[in-house]
Amino acid sequence: MNEESSKAEKFLELFNKGKEFTEELLRENQRLRFRLAAMETEHGSREEVDRLRAEIQQLTDENRRIAMRFKEVEEENKDFAHRYIEIEEQNNNLANLYVASYQLHSTLDFREVITIVQEIVINLIGAESFAILLLDEKTNELKAIASEGEDVMPGVDTVSARLGDGILGQVAKTGESYYINQDVEGSGTIALDRPLAAVPLKIKEHVIGLIVIYRLLQQKDSFSAVDYELFSLLAAHAATAIFSSKLYSQSERKLNTIQSFLDLLTTN
Amino acid sequence: MRQLISFSLKRFKNAKIIEAVDGVDALKKLSGPEKIDLILTDINMPVMDGLKLVSLVRQNAQLKAIPIIIITTEGAEEDRERGLALGANAYISKPIQSSHLIKTISELLAV
Repeated sequence: MNEESSKAEKFLELFNKGKEFTEELLRENQRLRFRLAAMETEHGSREEVDRLRAEIQQLTDENRRIAMRFKEVEEENKDFAHRYIEIEEQNNNLANLYVASYQLHSTLDFREVITIVQEIVINLIGAESFAILLLDEKTNELKAIASEGEDVMPGVDTVSARLGDGILGQVAKTGESYYINQDVEGSGTIALDRPLAAVPLKIKEHVIGLIVIYRLLQQKDSFSAVDYELFSLLAAHAATAIFSSKLYSQSERKLNTIQSFLDLLTTN
Repeated sequence: MRQLISFSLKRFKNAKIIEAVDGVDALKKLSGPEKIDLILTDINMPVMDGLKLVSLVRQNAQLKAIPIIIITTEGAEEDRERGLALGANAYISKPIQSSHLIKTISELLAV
């Protein structure tokens, strides 16, 4: 990044030098024209006039060449500036993705993992109202285990669906994400069973739940490119984190039960 | 959010980050021995919210010169105006864009 920046600065320096040189040439050109005119009026020698004419021609050509080079360098600089912005954006997006994945795998506590998923959805995606649903494999029902924004989307805390039924059920069944562009469709059509986005939480092809987004923050018009990257990341990493933390809590519980049982046996 | 901010602040090589869990904790840490150059606060915090914190910092003779950036989900213009009127130097709405955050901090600290 610094290299790009210093290259851009070098180009700027080069422009300024080119500009100064061009201005100097123009002044020289002007001076020679005056001199030529003066000599012509003074009936100066033909050879001197021709020499000065040739010099003017040479300077004019050089001036044209420098102006062209100046344009080329200016284009290059614009290109560098665009690339700099693109790289800066990529850096920003990578930072978000890094932090999101780092956070997701930083704990084995189930509630903490859910809180982290909520934080990512609020802080990095910019959702105002959403729910995290988990699939109960015994009943094939998706049930909300966490939510935000009940004030703007009443019922978001109790949203549920059967596997295969409606948009949510279909997303869970097929494992394919569902999106509506809020700009195009308008938020008026959003309902509990027709969200803005529904992202399956998948471990390989096995869906364990969904993240369902109903509304974005007031200052955010629509999903951006990095949001879709974050959704992909959430689909895989959040699912693994949720699943492993759940397994961990279950094994902890089992371990405690066995430990208590053993304690009971040894004390008797 | 704190992790994302901490990660973004790694760009500032010599920055030391002191985290606080809410407004009261922040005030305690601001009154401690460490010299604080910049405050980054959310509005929605338990115990004491970010707006109250901004207002108390601005009333404190020792702390009032510290630049404050509010980072929040509240993106309405009136929220922004309210935050700035209380004395915040900048107001950043979520979702967080680390490049924007870095630019704002660099401008406030002139680094």
